[in-house]
Amino acid sequence: MTRARIRRRVIFTVGVVLSAVYAFPFFLVLVNSFKPKVEILRNPVAFPVEFSWENFDQAIRKMNYFQALTNSLLVTVFAVTALILVSSMLAYFLARTPGRGWQVSFFVLVASMIVPFQALMIPFVGTYGWLVNLSEQASLVFFYIGFGVALSTFLYHGFISTIPRELDEAAAIDGATDFVTFWRIIFPMLAPVTATVAIINALWIWNDFLLPSLVLSQENYTLPLSTYLFYGQYSREFGQAMAGLLLAIVPIIVFYFFLQRQIVSGVSAGAVK
Amino acid sequence: MLGRKKSFSRFMKFAAFPFFAFAVVMVFPLFQGAFFTFTDWDGFGVTFDSFVGLDNYADASADPAFWSSLLFTGQYVVVSLILVNVVAFSLALLVTTKLRSSNIFRTFFFIPNLIGGVILGFIWQFVFNRSFTAFGERLGFESWTTSMLNDPDSAFWALVIVTVWQMSGYMMIIYITGLLSVEKDVLEAALIDGASEWRTLWNIKMPLMAQAFTISLFLTLRNSFMAYDVNVGLTGGGPFRSTELVSMHIFNEAFMFGYLGTGQAKAVIMFAIVAVIALVQVAISKRAEVQR
Repeated sequence: MTRARIRRRVIFTVGVVLSAVYAFPFFLVLVNSFKPKVEILRNPVAFPVEFSWENFDQAIRKMNYFQALTNSLLVTVFAVTALILVSSMLAYFLARTPGRGWQVSFFVLVASMIVPFQALMIPFVGTYGWLVNLSEQASLVFFYIGFGVALSTFLYHGFISTIPRELDEAAAIDGATDFVTFWRIIFPMLAPVTATVAIINALWIWNDFLLPSLVLSQENYTLPLSTYLFYGQYSREFGQAMAGLLLAIVPIIVFYFFLQRQIVSGVSAGAVK
Repeated sequence: MLGRKKSFSRFMKFAAFPFFAFAVVMVFPLFQGAFFTFTDWDGFGVTFDSFVGLDNYADASADPAFWSSLLFTGQYVVVSLILVNVVAFSLALLVTTKLRSSNIFRTFFFIPNLIGGVILGFIWQFVFNRSFTAFGERLGFESWTTSMLNDPDSAFWALVIVTVWQMSGYMMIIYITGLLSVEKDVLEAALIDGASEWRTLWNIKMPLMAQAFTISLFLTLRNSFMAYDVNVGLTGGGPFRSTELVSMHIFNEAFMFGYLGTGQAKAVIMFAIVAVIALVQVAISKRAEVQR
């Protein structure tokens, strides 16, 4: 064997070992979700003696799984769609409207990204209780627009600035209104940013815990919240708890395997802002 | 040029709603919260009876639990910052080696990042409480038979382990982007000049991808300083409130014990720290950009 081949072998082995270490917690969740409690107590790392779906039946019922899944989907889809529409338009407006005032307001948006949610949450709960009582889910979507608009607008703004203005002007000469110009000509060109914006916001909103825990009551719980409630009550029922965690993980993993490339590039585009 | 009326209608169509949402959700609570720390606000609505000066801040700084939480958070941030980035950079080097399986490795390292922190915390709670202890009993390691989560010192390390596992995949992606952004001809020139691989990495690749380091370091700094979800899922602050990161401390102060004024004062202090971190970041990345 040449040195290069030995080296590659070594690197490969290290990769396999590390992958196993990273996957180990998931492996534990997977094998134990099929086992009854006694078997887990006897040996938590062994494969199940016989597969049983009993834990899953229990977990689905007790954590109200399908209700929570629907709630999560509803909130995520509405909030992400709204963020895409609203931020792309705002970014277009800010990139195309001259004036110092608009530059300052764009700067304020960007600067607001450093504000931690903890600095807002206490007045938030006291002040917007009445709004939340009208409709918890609609308020939550509205809150996500307010919290998410800065980053999304920032991402769109960078891209729109590279689109030549002549394009807008040509459309205006052809008699298109600014609305038509934006939706027919500019917005389709933004597709790569839209993918980034959609993925970053979807991952954030899908996994968010603190804000919805302050806003939602039990029948509207999203998946992280219902998992939290369920695990708190049944963490001693190890098999059921593991089945519940597995159920909570599965949707996002499926999402990842469908959109793997877009997610990885979206995540890096969003980070390198 | 646009007429005044036309530009107003443009504003209404394109910008009014997002500005409104931003003002309602971010701007107003931020100033309201800061303002109320100087009053005896009871947490409901937007009214208060009297100004109390700096009382809330005095109470906050007189609370030893707040200081120990800040200290705990500081230690957690420093240790996580170092370990996350060392691990993430090593992983990035590993998966940018030309191997057929590097894509699969990347997926394994990245997946923890997709899942919410509370759920990750719960998963590891089981790992620490059940499976490590079972290993300990089997293999006869006395020190493994009690869970790491039962003791404040080892619970700290448990928290760090989960944080590294969670964040390193994300930072790895940033380092991969950095490593791949180094231009091929520079590397070829180094190869022709006979530079060893370590030297190429140390003297050429790492300086040229300096931006990836600043981004990743500050993201880790911010994320670990504001960490909440993993803390809730893994330790819940226990044993005996010894592992409360500052986020959880503020949450408990306000919503568990009902001290909204001091809770908000602590939140303002936390915001000030985050703002300083962000300003330092801007200054450093500006300087790095000038050098290039």
